[in-house]
Amino acid sequence: MIPVLLILVPLISGLVTLFLRQEKVSKTWALFSSVITLAIAIFGAASANTSGNLLAFDASWVPTLGARFTFGLDGMGKVLTLLTAIAFPVIFASTFKNRYSGSNAFYGLMLFSQAGLMGVFLAMDLLLFYFFWELALIPVYFLCSRWGGERRIAVTWKFFIYTFAGSLLMLAGILYLYYQTPDHSFAMRSLYNIELTQRGELFVFWTLFIAFAIKMPVFPFHTWQPDTYEQSPTAVTMVLSGVMVKMGVFAVLRWLIPIVPNAAVRMSDVVIIFSIIGMLYASLIAIRQDDIKRLIAYSSIAHIGLMSAAMFADEGVATQGVVIQMFSHGINVIGLWIVADLIEQQLGTRKFSELGGLAQKAPTLAILFVVMALANVALPLTNAFVGEFLMFNGLFRYNHWMAGIAGISIILVAVYTLWMVQKVFYGEARTGVEMIADVSPGAKYMLITLVLVVIVFGVYPQPLINLTNDATKILAQLK
Amino acid sequence: MPIEYYIMLSVVLFCIGVVGVLTRRNAIIIFMCIELMLNAVNLMLVAFSKMHHGAEYLTNPTSTAGTDAQLFVFFIMVVAAAEVSVGLAIIVMLYRNTHSVDVNFLNRLKN
Amino acid sequence: MSQLAYLIPLFPLIGFLINGLGRNKLSKSLISIIGCGTILASFIVSLLIFFEVKQPGFRAVTVHLFDFIRVPAFNIPFDFQIDQLSSLFLLIITGVGFLIHVYSSAYMKEEAPQHYGRYFAYLNLFVFSMLLLVLGANYVIMFIGWEGVGLCSYLLIGYWFKNNEYNYAARKAFVMNRIGDLGFLLAVFWILQKLGTSTYSEVFANAANFSTAEVTGITMLLFVGAMGKSAQIPLYTWLPDAMAGPTPVSALIHAATMVTAGIYMIVRSNVLYSMAPGTLGFITIIGLVTALLAATIAIKQNDIKKVLAYSTVSQLGYMFLGLGVGAYTGAVFHVMTHAFFKALLFLGAGSVIHAVHNQQDIRYMGGLKKHMPITHITFLLACLAISGIPPFSGFFSKDEILAAAYAHNPVLWIVGVITAALTAFYMFRLYAMTFLGTFRGTHDQEHHLHESPSAMTIPLIVLAVLSVIGGFVGIPEVFAPNAHALANFLSPVIVAPAESHHLSHATEYMLMGVSVGLAAIAIFYAWTRFSKRPEIADATGAGKMLANKWYIDELYDAAIARPLVAFGGFLNRFVEKSGIDAVVNGVGKGVQYTSNKIRLLQSGQVGNYILMMVLSMVLMILLIFYGHNLTPILNKVFK
Repeated sequence: MIPVLLILVPLISGLVTLFLRQEKVSKTWALFSSVITLAIAIFGAASANTSGNLLAFDASWVPTLGARFTFGLDGMGKVLTLLTAIAFPVIFASTFKNRYSGSNAFYGLMLFSQAGLMGVFLAMDLLLFYFFWELALIPVYFLCSRWGGERRIAVTWKFFIYTFAGSLLMLAGILYLYYQTPDHSFAMRSLYNIELTQRGELFVFWTLFIAFAIKMPVFPFHTWQPDTYEQSPTAVTMVLSGVMVKMGVFAVLRWLIPIVPNAAVRMSDVVIIFSIIGMLYASLIAIRQDDIKRLIAYSSIAHIGLMSAAMFADEGVATQGVVIQMFSHGINVIGLWIVADLIEQQLGTRKFSELGGLAQKAPTLAILFVVMALANVALPLTNAFVGEFLMFNGLFRYNHWMAGIAGISIILVAVYTLWMVQKVFYGEARTGVEMIADVSPGAKYMLITLVLVVIVFGVYPQPLINLTNDATKILAQLK
Repeated sequence: MPIEYYIMLSVVLFCIGVVGVLTRRNAIIIFMCIELMLNAVNLMLVAFSKMHHGAEYLTNPTSTAGTDAQLFVFFIMVVAAAEVSVGLAIIVMLYRNTHSVDVNFLNRLKN
Repeated sequence: MSQLAYLIPLFPLIGFLINGLGRNKLSKSLISIIGCGTILASFIVSLLIFFEVKQPGFRAVTVHLFDFIRVPAFNIPFDFQIDQLSSLFLLIITGVGFLIHVYSSAYMKEEAPQHYGRYFAYLNLFVFSMLLLVLGANYVIMFIGWEGVGLCSYLLIGYWFKNNEYNYAARKAFVMNRIGDLGFLLAVFWILQKLGTSTYSEVFANAANFSTAEVTGITMLLFVGAMGKSAQIPLYTWLPDAMAGPTPVSALIHAATMVTAGIYMIVRSNVLYSMAPGTLGFITIIGLVTALLAATIAIKQNDIKKVLAYSTVSQLGYMFLGLGVGAYTGAVFHVMTHAFFKALLFLGAGSVIHAVHNQQDIRYMGGLKKHMPITHITFLLACLAISGIPPFSGFFSKDEILAAAYAHNPVLWIVGVITAALTAFYMFRLYAMTFLGTFRGTHDQEHHLHESPSAMTIPLIVLAVLSVIGGFVGIPEVFAPNAHALANFLSPVIVAPAESHHLSHATEYMLMGVSVGLAAIAIFYAWTRFSKRPEIADATGAGKMLANKWYIDELYDAAIARPLVAFGGFLNRFVEKSGIDAVVNGVGKGVQYTSNKIRLLQSGQVGNYILMMVLSMVLMILLIFYGHNLTPILNKVFK
C-alpha cells in the first residue's frame, strides 16, 4: 500500500500543480504535498517488514509480456525513499524565495520527477523500473532546458543524449534478459534465478553497467555532470546530485550485481580501478575550480567514485556503507547547494575570485556551511563518516593497495573543501559582498534540519545501519 | 530454338532499358526505356512459359504447367498501360509547368 | 566512580554547546565562567577517578555507552576505558587545559563578545576531542578524537579568519594531519579485517594472531598517523605554522593536547609495537632526526613563538626516541613534564606578547626582567626545566630517555646529548634576548610595559611549581631503588617488558654528568653572549639556512604542493576539456558531420536514385550467387 502512495501522491499533486496558475499557490501546494509524501515515507521506513500488503503491491500490467506492477519497500528502498522524501520539501522550502516564470509547470515537473524517483526505488519488476527511470529523467530535461543558465540548451542536449544512449543500452540488456528467463517475465525473482552463459552475463553486465555508470557518473562517463549542475537551476541541481545520481548506484545494487554476480566479480578489478582513477582525477580537478557549483560537482564525482568502487568490492560491509553513504551524501550535498544558491541569489556570482569574507556579514550561514563542508570531508561524528568508514573498510578487505590509493582522496577532499570554505567565507570582505544578508529563515531552518540529520546519524548511525542489513543479506544469499 | 537465345535477347533488351533510364534525361525516353525493360521481362516470361509447357505437353497433353507465366505477362501489360497513362499525364503537367521534359529540373522537391 | 567517566568529556561538550549557541547573548564573564567551569568539573572528576585508579589492584574499567557501528562483520561499541594510562592523560589534559582556559579568559579580553564566545566554544571542543581520544576503548573511538583535535586545531589556528595567512596555516595543519589520519585509518581497517574487533583489550589479547609482516605494517601505518599528529619528520611543518592562532591555543596544542596524541597512541599499543622491532627502529631514527633538526632550526628563529614551536617538535622527537628504544614509561614521563614546562613557556610568551602589544620578535624585546617579575621568574624556571638541569622536572624525564638510548646504542645517546645541549642553548638565547639587557622596542611600548593580570600570572605560578617538582614522580633507580612512582603506576598498562637497563651506576652517573655539564656550558655561553650582544642582524651563511628552516617548507611547496596543483590544472584544462569532454563532444559532432554528408545522397536527382537502386540490385545479385564464398571469411572475422 505504501509504495503506491509514495508514487501516486507526487504524481497526482504534480498534475494538480499544472493547473495552479498563481505562483504562490503552486509553490505552497508543492511544498505541502511533498511534506505529505515525507510523512508517508517516514511511516514506511518505520514499519517492520511483514508479509502483509503494507509494504508491497502487485497487479497485472501487460499480461502478454509478463510485465507486472510489482512494488516493494525493502531496507535499501526505505533508505532511498526516505532520502527522496526528505530532499524535496527541503528543496522546495529552501528555494521558496526564488521565482520561476511559469511556476506551475516548474513545480509540476519537479513533482513528476519525484514520482519517477520513488518508482525507481520501489519497482520490483525490471520493465517497470525502466519505465520509472525514464519518468524521472524526462522532467529534468525540460526543467534544465527551460529554467537553466545561459548555455542551458547545449548542456541539456548533451545530458539528454548521454543519458538516452545509456537508457538504450539498458533496454537492450533488459530485452536480452527477458528472452533468457524461462517464464518470459521481468519479475525480480525470476531474474535473480536466471542462468546465463558467460558471454551472456558479460553482455548484460556491460550494457546495464554503462547505463548506470553514466547516471552515477563514473569516470570517464562524467563530463555531462559538471556542465549540467552548473547550468541547471539550483533546485534541479539539488534533485540531480542529491537523489538522482543515486539511481545509478542503487540500480547496480538492486539489479546488476544480483542478476549477473559472476560477471560482476570478474569485472570488479576493472570497475574498481576506473572508479579509483575517477576519485583522484575528480579531486584533483576540483582543486582548480573557480566556481562553487563546479567544485561541488567534481567533489560529488569523487564521492560517487568511492561508492562505485565499494559496491564491487564484494563485501557486505562495503555494501552497507554504500547504502548509508547514498543517504548521507544526498543530505550533505543538498546542504552545500542550498548555501551555494543563497550566495548566488544574493550576490549574483559563484566565482571564488569574486567572493571572500562572507563570514563577517553572515556568521550563521558560515557556521552552517562549515558543518556541511565538514560532513563533505567525512569527519567522524558526521553522517558521512560512517558510510566512508564502512566503504573503505570493505575496499581494504578487497585489496590493501587499492584502499590505500583510494584513501588519497580523503586528503584531497580536505584540501579543496577547506579551500572553498576559506575562499568564500574567510579573509577580508571583498567589495561587492557587503549586501549579503545572513541566511533567510526558510533556508536557515532547512539547513539546521540538515545539520541535525548530519549529526544525529553521525553520532548514532545504528538505525540506518539496521535498515541496510537486508541489502547485504540478498548478496550473501547469492554467493 | 534453344532457350538461351531468348534469354540473351531479353537480357540485352533489359540492359538497354537500364542504361537508357540511367543516362537519358528526357522523361519520354526514360519512359520508353522502362517499357523496354518491362517488355524484356515479358519476353522472358513467355519464353519460359513456352519451354515448360512444351516439355510437359509431351507426357500429358491436358497439363497447364507453365501457362500461369502468361498470366503474369497480361498483368504486366495491364499495369504498364495504366502506368503509361498516369506517367504521361505527369509528363504533360511537367511540360506545362517547366516547358521541358528534362527530369533534372525535378529536384525542387529536394529541400 | 570510574563508571561516571562519561561525565569527563560531557562537561566540555556542554560548555561548547552553551558558548557556541549563546555567544551572541551571553556576557563575556559568563562565557569565561562556563568555559573554565566545565573544564574544572572535568578535572575534578578526573582527579577522583585518578585516586580510584591509584589504589593497588585496580583493574581497567570499560564504560559502555552505546553501539556506534554494529554490522555483521564487526561491532564497534562507543566505549570508554579507564586505566592507569588514560587516567594519567586525563589529569594532564584537564589540569593543564583548565589553567590555559583561566589564562585565556584574561588574554582574550579584548575580543568582541561573540568572538570571545566562539573562542571558548572551540577551546572546549578541543578538550572534548582530546578527552574522547584518550578515553576511547577502541581504535575507532580514538580515531574520532584523533580527527576531532585536527578539526579544532584548524578552527583555532584560523581563529582570526580575516587573515588569509592564518587561514592557510590552519588548512595546512588540517591537511597534514589528514595525511597521518589516512595511515591510522588503514591500520584500523587492517586490525578489523584480521581480528574483527578494534577494542584494545581484545586486540592485545589476540595480538599473537598477527604475522610479523602484518604487525609491522599495522604499527608502521599507525606511526604514520602519529607522525602527522605529533609533528614528526616529514609531517612536522604544520606545527610551527600553527602558532598563527592565539597564544593560549598554542599552549593547548603543544602541551596538553593534540601533539601528545601520537605518544599516547603508541604507548597504548605498546603490545603491538614490542612485536615489531623494525618499526621501533624506524621510530627511533625518525625521533632522533626530528629532535636534532628542529633544535638546529630553533637556534636561529627570532619569533618568540617559533622558537618554542620548534622546541616542541624537538622534544616530541625525544619522546619518540624514547618509544623507539622501548622506554614507554620514559616517554609518558616526558609528555607529562613537557606539558608543564611547555605550557608555562607558551603562557609566559603570551604574557610577554601581551605586555609589548603583540610584538613577537625577540629582537625588539629585552630587559623585560624588571617590568615583569613573575613572568620572568616562571619563564626562567621553565627554561631550566626544559634544559634538563637538576632537580627540575625535565632533568628526570630526559635522563630516563637518554639512559635507555645509551643502553640501546651509544650513538643514539651522543646525538641525544648534543640535541639537549642545543636545547639549552636556544632556550637561553631566547631567555636572554627577551628578559636581559635593555629594551629595544619603541619608546611607546616601553612606557606601557606591565605585568599581566592575576588571571594570567596565577596559572604561570602553578605551572612553574609543577615544572619544578614534577620530576620527583620518576626518581631513577640510581638515586633511590624502587622510587619511580610513575613506572610503578603505569606498569599494568605497559605489559611489554621494558628493556632492562644493564647500566652500572657508575655509567649512569657519568651519563648524567656529561649531559648536565654540556647543558650548563651551553646555558652559560648563551647567557653571557646574548645578554650583552643580542643578535639583531639577519643571519648569513649557514645561519641563514637555519633561519629559513633548512628550506623544508619551500622544498615541500616545490616538490609536492605546486606540482599537485599544477597537475590538477593540467587535468582540468587538457585532459578534461580537450580530452574526455572533447571525445564526448567529438562523438556528437561526428554524428552530426556524417549525417550532414549522408544527407547529400538525397540529391533529388532521379538519375542518382536509380543508379543507387541498380547498383544495390547488382550487389544483391552478386551476394546471392557468390555470397556463400564469403561465409567462411565472415565467420573468421566475427567468430
